[in-house]
Amino acid sequence: MQIDIDHLAMLSRLALTPEEKVKFSAQLGDIIGYIEKLKEVNVDGVEPTAHATPIFNVLQADDPRPGLSVEDALRNAPVQRDHMVVVPRVVE
Amino acid sequence: MTYEAVIGLEVHVQIKTRSKMFTRVAAGYGQPENTLTDPTVLALPGALPVMNKAAVDAIIKAGLMLGCEIAPVCKWDRKNYFYPDSPKNYQISQYDQPICIGGTVEIELPGPARNIQGEHKGIPLTRIHLEEDVGKLNHGVGGSLIDYNRAGTPLMEIVSDPALRSADEAYAYLQSIRTSIVYAGISDCDMEKGQLRCDANISIRPVGDTKLGTKVELKNLNSIAFVRDGIAHEIARQIAVTKAGGVIVQETRDYDGIAGTSQSLRSKEMAHDYRYFPDPDLMPVKVDADWKARLAAELPERPFDKQRRFMAAEADGGYALPYTLASVLIPDRELSDWFEQAAKLAGAGRAQAVGNWIVNDLLRELAASATVLATAKVTPAALAELVGLVAAGTLLQHSAKEVFADMVATGEAPAAIVARKGLAAAPTDTAELETWCRDSIAANAKAVAEFKAGKESALNAFKGAIMKAAKGKANPKAVDETLRRLLAAL
Amino acid sequence: MTTPLHFQTVTELSAALAAGSLTSVALTEAFIARTHAVEARVQAFNSYDTDDALAQARASDARRAAGQALGPLDGIPVGMKDVIAVRDQPLTASSKILAGFVSPYDATVTTKLRAAGVVLWGRLNMDEFAMGSSTENSSTKVTANPYDLSRIPGGSSGGSAAALAAGEAPATLGSDTGGSIRQPAALCGVVGLKPTYGLISRYGLIAYASSLDQIGPFGRTVEDVALLLQAIAGHDERDSTSFKAVIPDYRAALTAPRTHPWRIGIPKEYFGDGLDPEVSAAVQGAIAYYKSLGAEIREVSLPHTPYALAAYYIIATAEASSNLARFDGVRYGHRSAEADNLHALYFKSRAEGFGSEVKRRIILGTYVLSSGYYDAYYGRAQKVRTLIREDFIKAYGEVDVILTPTAPTPAFKRGEKSDDPLAMYLADIYTIGVNLAGLPAISIPCGFTTAGLPIGLQLIGQPFAEADLLAAAYAYDATHDWAKRTPNL
Repeated sequence: MQIDIDHLAMLSRLALTPEEKVKFSAQLGDIIGYIEKLKEVNVDGVEPTAHATPIFNVLQADDPRPGLSVEDALRNAPVQRDHMVVVPRVVE
Repeated sequence: MTYEAVIGLEVHVQIKTRSKMFTRVAAGYGQPENTLTDPTVLALPGALPVMNKAAVDAIIKAGLMLGCEIAPVCKWDRKNYFYPDSPKNYQISQYDQPICIGGTVEIELPGPARNIQGEHKGIPLTRIHLEEDVGKLNHGVGGSLIDYNRAGTPLMEIVSDPALRSADEAYAYLQSIRTSIVYAGISDCDMEKGQLRCDANISIRPVGDTKLGTKVELKNLNSIAFVRDGIAHEIARQIAVTKAGGVIVQETRDYDGIAGTSQSLRSKEMAHDYRYFPDPDLMPVKVDADWKARLAAELPERPFDKQRRFMAAEADGGYALPYTLASVLIPDRELSDWFEQAAKLAGAGRAQAVGNWIVNDLLRELAASATVLATAKVTPAALAELVGLVAAGTLLQHSAKEVFADMVATGEAPAAIVARKGLAAAPTDTAELETWCRDSIAANAKAVAEFKAGKESALNAFKGAIMKAAKGKANPKAVDETLRRLLAAL
Repeated sequence: MTTPLHFQTVTELSAALAAGSLTSVALTEAFIARTHAVEARVQAFNSYDTDDALAQARASDARRAAGQALGPLDGIPVGMKDVIAVRDQPLTASSKILAGFVSPYDATVTTKLRAAGVVLWGRLNMDEFAMGSSTENSSTKVTANPYDLSRIPGGSSGGSAAALAAGEAPATLGSDTGGSIRQPAALCGVVGLKPTYGLISRYGLIAYASSLDQIGPFGRTVEDVALLLQAIAGHDERDSTSFKAVIPDYRAALTAPRTHPWRIGIPKEYFGDGLDPEVSAAVQGAIAYYKSLGAEIREVSLPHTPYALAAYYIIATAEASSNLARFDGVRYGHRSAEADNLHALYFKSRAEGFGSEVKRRIILGTYVLSSGYYDAYYGRAQKVRTLIREDFIKAYGEVDVILTPTAPTPAFKRGEKSDDPLAMYLADIYTIGVNLAGLPAISIPCGFTTAGLPIGLQLIGQPFAEADLLAAAYAYDATHDWAKRTPNL
């Protein structure tokens, strides 16, 4: 099983060290080898289960209730200014 | 070689709800930064989404309005990508089971002249699905500042087939969608507030080819005029590149409406792999016939159906409005309803006069006084009464203008204004009128001869002197009748 | 000799509070003292706030003095797995990425416990983001098994089980995605219940795998667990997956008369290779006991069991890869000191903030969802999930509950499996099917190994039939005194 660890790390937004890449590639290879056993199961005509007990139409009224204060909203922000969260400048 | 454009539009419309798409904190525009958040909006650890029923109702209405099939069951998927305006780093959207499928947007192309109606065409829709809006990034020196007030506002994405062929068609398509959505009360579609946003997928191909060319995604078409200009610009760019022997590359371009130029954008996700999967925090929605019927009953008439009805002959239940009037009234649901109320009260044969008053006078007065129709003092019943007075000849057109100005300013009934200001046309049975008419006939032998020879318009030659003698207050209908009677007796 | 307060059951403590022979302040102080005495060896807590706990205790005593006690749990300290939000307290999921995070809101279970008068007592260690079976994947500390400090307490709710076993709390809450309540309960000799998916609100529970996660209680006895369940069960409008179930009186159900003898299913697939002989013997002993009570014991088959672990690792990691995307160093949590551009902000904050097992599962989950693989992995796993659920439903056509070992082995040595993820995953082999099928299951103590390590058995019930399940567990638990055994610390 060939794993493109760089691509996966990119999609996952994880900076991996070269050692981590080698180790994870090997471990993931084992795990993926193991989960391949699902291919033995005949699933023809079987419906997928997203939830064991599906319910439908879980909807709430369009009736606002109070949210967080600005202080609580930004309480854990690593960097903030002017009541906003700051990140390094986003270049489009 | 001649080329044709193939255009598909993705239109995002913010749905006008009181609370957000997946949580009950208030939705809104123009509030102080980060005052419309809660754990779900900010994607705090442990927070969960629950769907807003009004948003689901709204998209079903949009679907019914645009002739979509409403899926009996639909589900919610996560679209995974990282961006600082997206708190969860996934957007809840609909991937392979959208709530609205298919549909058609009727568009009206520009006519050869302003007063001539253009061709109508149906643009097929692919789908409409529900998703959530992102926060707002404010780019500044030393960093970007994030306001999450907009994050989680319900958004629907209306996706057309690649069936548009020109910038004009795209413009007409967007206008039509906007009118329908505003009619149904789903959104105000104010592009300046970002309530309506449009991205276009554009490609060109030699006329006659059926294969699609390489498409370019054009973003930031953030005013309705920019949509037309941006698309026209992109079509011209692609044709120029192709003719110069170049190759169109698949990319996303940003249109700068002020400069009238576009430039390539770096891709948002470094590699597009959104890893869609069903959101395990949400349950599917089933829309049954009762739910659909309940919403269908709340829908307004479709705008172009209304336009056809307004322009139809009175015998066919219409108002025989000319296109010039209908095309002004129809885009505004409130205004066209107001017209219809007034026209009904005014009675047969008077709808065009009602329309003229609205289009020529009412709109000008409202604009001059910075008033909106909803709070205007003048009522449809009052306008109908005014039109009646003019038609009956008890009020002259130029006096009616004065009466109308007062109606708009004070809300007073037209009859009361006429009485108060003494603007009524002169009584019809006075000997005085007959004297004026005899005098005028006697003074215009040439016109008498012409009228006798069958020239109807010769009648007007007598009227000036009569009106002068009456100081403008003679009832024109009575003048007309008296002249004809006296002339017939000659 | 009377049992010290810190080893008494909630039922006993509740009675003492009601009788006025004990105050909540005295009780809370006893747990604080006990924690101070043993915590250095057990290492169960990520954080606790003695001032806050005592303030809650004083409020409870004041209510009781005013004749306004809120029920059987009023004044009882309850520890929380550090994955459940408590307003104004740290919430870390034992991850560096949440170091310093203070929750600005309460989870729904927290609100419910407050309404029951509970003294919220500390946040308990766990495998980072509930990913693990030994609590070794915590970034904060290594929790020991109170019965053998060189061994793991199980996981991921290892702190919740160890604190209870060590007498640092009389009851705790945990969360269970693939066995994270039942397995540590078994390994620490306490009772742990994973309720039916949808019975307890997940609002305020940091998500690992949303379609599998469920909060549940730990107690010394089945009766204590019933009391806790009563307080936290019920529909929540803030959780779309929460079920509008009728909530019976769970404690009353424990002793309700039965119309027919228990029919207990023994799935042959759960007694194969890899089951420790001492565990097997203890579980067989429990089966024999049920038989002696008149229970009908039937062999049943759950033929898709061999595929449960694979389906679980696909579904859980896929959901986790998306659930954990929000930990990005933007709005809260760890932000790398080297985050001078957006790329670095994401890549370095997450690389520095997440531990190895979390990274591994995020990458695996990303892999199984990535373009072109959905049908082969996630889609197929969801279909296998259907088959696993159908196996259980079929078995329940002939039995009331299913009995299995909770874990294949007793507590293993620290470090024994840390470098072999697959071997570690096998520790959940008997518990995972239950999560996939969304069923309730309980682990109760059923013996000790010759080395003195606890052994647990698992009873699996029918959806939303917690009352029946608890009654079946009570039939064994109330007549055995494994809970009276306490570790030497």
